[in-house]
Formats: sequence, C-alpha cells, structure tokens
Amino acid sequence: MSHSEMETIDTRGLSCPQPVIMTTQAVKDALKDFEVLVDSEASLENVSRFLQSRHYAIVVEDKTDHKVIRAVKQA
Amino acid sequence: MKRQFFSTKSGIILAGAIIGIIAAVLQYMGNPANMGFCIACFERDLAGGLGLHRTEAVQYIRPEIIGIIIGALLVSMLTGEFRPRGGSSATIRFFLGVFAMIGALVFLGCPWRVFIRLAGGDFNAVTGIAGLVSGVAAGAFFIRKGYSLGRSYSQQKPSGLVMPLFMLFLLLLFLFNFPRLFQSVTGPGAMKAPVIISLLSALVVGAVAQRSRFCTMGSVRDVILVRDFHLLTGILTFTGAVFVMNLLLGQFNPGFVGQPIAHNSHIWNFAGMALSGLAFALAGGCPGRQLILTGEGDTDAGVFVLGMIVGAAFSHNFGMASSPSGIGDFGMWGILAGFVFCFSLAFAMIQKRRKLAGPTANHNERGGK
Repeated sequence: MSHSEMETIDTRGLSCPQPVIMTTQAVKDALKDFEVLVDSEASLENVSRFLQSRHYAIVVEDKTDHKVIRAVKQA
Repeated sequence: MKRQFFSTKSGIILAGAIIGIIAAVLQYMGNPANMGFCIACFERDLAGGLGLHRTEAVQYIRPEIIGIIIGALLVSMLTGEFRPRGGSSATIRFFLGVFAMIGALVFLGCPWRVFIRLAGGDFNAVTGIAGLVSGVAAGAFFIRKGYSLGRSYSQQKPSGLVMPLFMLFLLLLFLFNFPRLFQSVTGPGAMKAPVIISLLSALVVGAVAQRSRFCTMGSVRDVILVRDFHLLTGILTFTGAVFVMNLLLGQFNPGFVGQPIAHNSHIWNFAGMALSGLAFALAGGCPGRQLILTGEGDTDAGVFVLGMIVGAAFSHNFGMASSPSGIGDFGMWGILAGFVFCFSLAFAMIQKRRKLAGPTANHNERGGK
C-alpha cells in the first residue's frame, strides 16, 4: 500500500460508539498512518483513548467545524 | 495532547463518586428509597406531573430532570461544546425512548437505579444487571454488524435550545405553583428532597456528567465492544459511593423481599432491563446521557427523552408498569412489543460499511492502491 494518500475515516455526525468502531477497522487492517475526522469532543476523547491504547501516536488538528486526529503507529 | 481532567481516569472516578454521593444524599433528604437519582423514575413522575398519566402515586415535576439538562447546557456553553445538531432518525429514536421506558418501568428503574438499588442492598438488582448486560450485548452485536441510525448534521442554534427552554418553562410553572400541575399526596411522587437541593444537585450532576461522558449503558457497551474499561470505572465508583454513603446514612437494607419500590419477579426484572438496555444501546446512550446530550443541543437525544416521557404515560395508562406487588397486567405484552420493535429495527438498520463510512472513508476499497 502506498502512503501517498493518507486514509481518512470520516465519523462526523456519527454518535458513539461508531467513530471508535470505524477506527477499530483501520487498526485491524494494520494501517500505519491514517486520519479520523470527528466533530464532537466525546468522539475525540474516545477515539484518542482507543488509538493510544493500541499504541498509536496522535496529533489533533482543529478545523472550523471538526477536528482531525492523525494517527501514526508506534514501533 | 492535553486532556481535560474529567476525561482522564481520575476524572471519571471523581465524577462517579460525586454523582453517587449526591444520589445517596438526595435519598436521605427525602427522595424515595433507592431512588435518590433515577432518570426513568423521575421522567415518569414528570409525565405524571403533567397529567400525561393519572397514577396518583407518581406525579411530580422532578427538578432533577430539569436541572440535569440545564446543568449540561450551561457547562457545554462555557466550554464551547454546545452544538445544535440533529437529523439522525428522530422518529426511530422517539420509539426507542418509548420502549426503553416501558422496559424500565417493568423492572422499576433505569440503569442508574439498577446500580443504586444494588448499592442499597436490593438483590433483585442482580437480575436487572444481568438483563442490562444481555440487552447491551445484543445491541453491541448489531453495532458491530454495522447498525447505525445515520449521521446527524449541524442545526441552527434555536433548535438546540428548544428542549432546555421547555424545561425552564416547566420549572417556572412548577416554582410558581401552576395549579393544574399534578402532585402526588402519597406514594413515591410525594417523597422528595427540598426543591432547591434537588435543583442544585442536578445542576452539578448535569455538569459533571457532561464533562465526564458518564454513561451506564456505555460502560457495559465499551467493555463488550472494545475492551475499554474507562466508563465502567466510573460506574463502579458510582455504585461504591452510593453503597458507602448508604452505610453511613443507615440506608443499607440487604435482601430480596420487601425492597422499596421493587418487586421480585426475577424473569421480568431481567426482561425489563434487557429491553431497556437494548433500546439504550441502539439509541447510543443511557437515559442520563440522553439528558446530557439534550443539554448539549442534540435534538435527536431530545426526541428520545420525549419518547421516554410519553413511554411512561403509555406504561401507566395501559397497565404495563409494575408495582411493588408485581408486574402490570399488560407488562409482558409491552416487553414483547418492545423486543419485536428493537430487533426488527436492529436488523433493518444494518448498513454496509461503505455507506456507514461515507465516500471519503473507503479504506478497504482504496487499500490496494
């Protein structure tokens, strides 16, 4: 798989636990880096907590009406 | 990443402790036994206070319900989390609310009260908890299969304010003693902590629950779905706090028989809470969480809350609600209808992952590039 285009999981407007479930899929597919779009603080916390528990480093970027969580698998 | 305190482990523990202490103290101050803070019971009382049902023992405009929504509204406005939104299968959520309440009133309590009852020594809560876990597990199964009520979208500010303003309006009617409101003279509806204490406590609960995402159904669901024990830690602390406070305040009475506002038909305790748990799982939050989301401007959650209030009216008007002497004449039919509705819905709303994820998220399909 090339990394030229980062995978994006769009969870905007979906309520818990769907953002986490969708992120689970990416983790199961062993993606090394991807981004998750969230639009609620609760989803941001849940997805971040899940990714950190699966050893991903995360960076959160603020957009106007949502946030982007960039996840990179730690060695 | 900086995390806000209440989203940390210590945060959820503190939140559980605060809410638990408040629940036990409210009972001490006059709320019904093992019902210091029960969302379903209080919405049922509120439905009675409005005369939507005429069961005289359970009519009271509970300030707790109003306070929790307003508390969540205020804190979400302060933190910039107030975000009017909706459009995710509102009508379905209304009926999930109806059946969640029918199940809760067969058991006689919502998922908050099931833990409060346990902490008060009511061992009938054990079958209730078993039911709750089974119902949530069934919901989690469908969520894993792709069950979704679809996305919500941002809405104009007024739509998120309608429910909180309606609650404020109810509070005014109540505080100014509007004579047409219904008020129990005896029974659980007449047992109440002083209004100001109920209201202030509920504001605190609303604020703390908003910050911490406290959710009873979610605590079970997250463990089943993703082995995440975060919320469960909060719920266990909550239960422990109620238990310790009950011991201190002399409110702990262990046993199966003669428990306050409870019956011991184990099958129906199980089935009632199972239906309730399934409906809450399919709606994405326990009754407390739905109030919090309502305060944050989630109009879909607001519709669910209205469904619960109407469900309480149906339960009492149509003989589906239990009483301490046992289940109602039509309680089992209500449970049956609820399961038929919830399971049909759960199957019908399973979406292909592609659809669920939206056009930008087909990582499975794009993975081969």
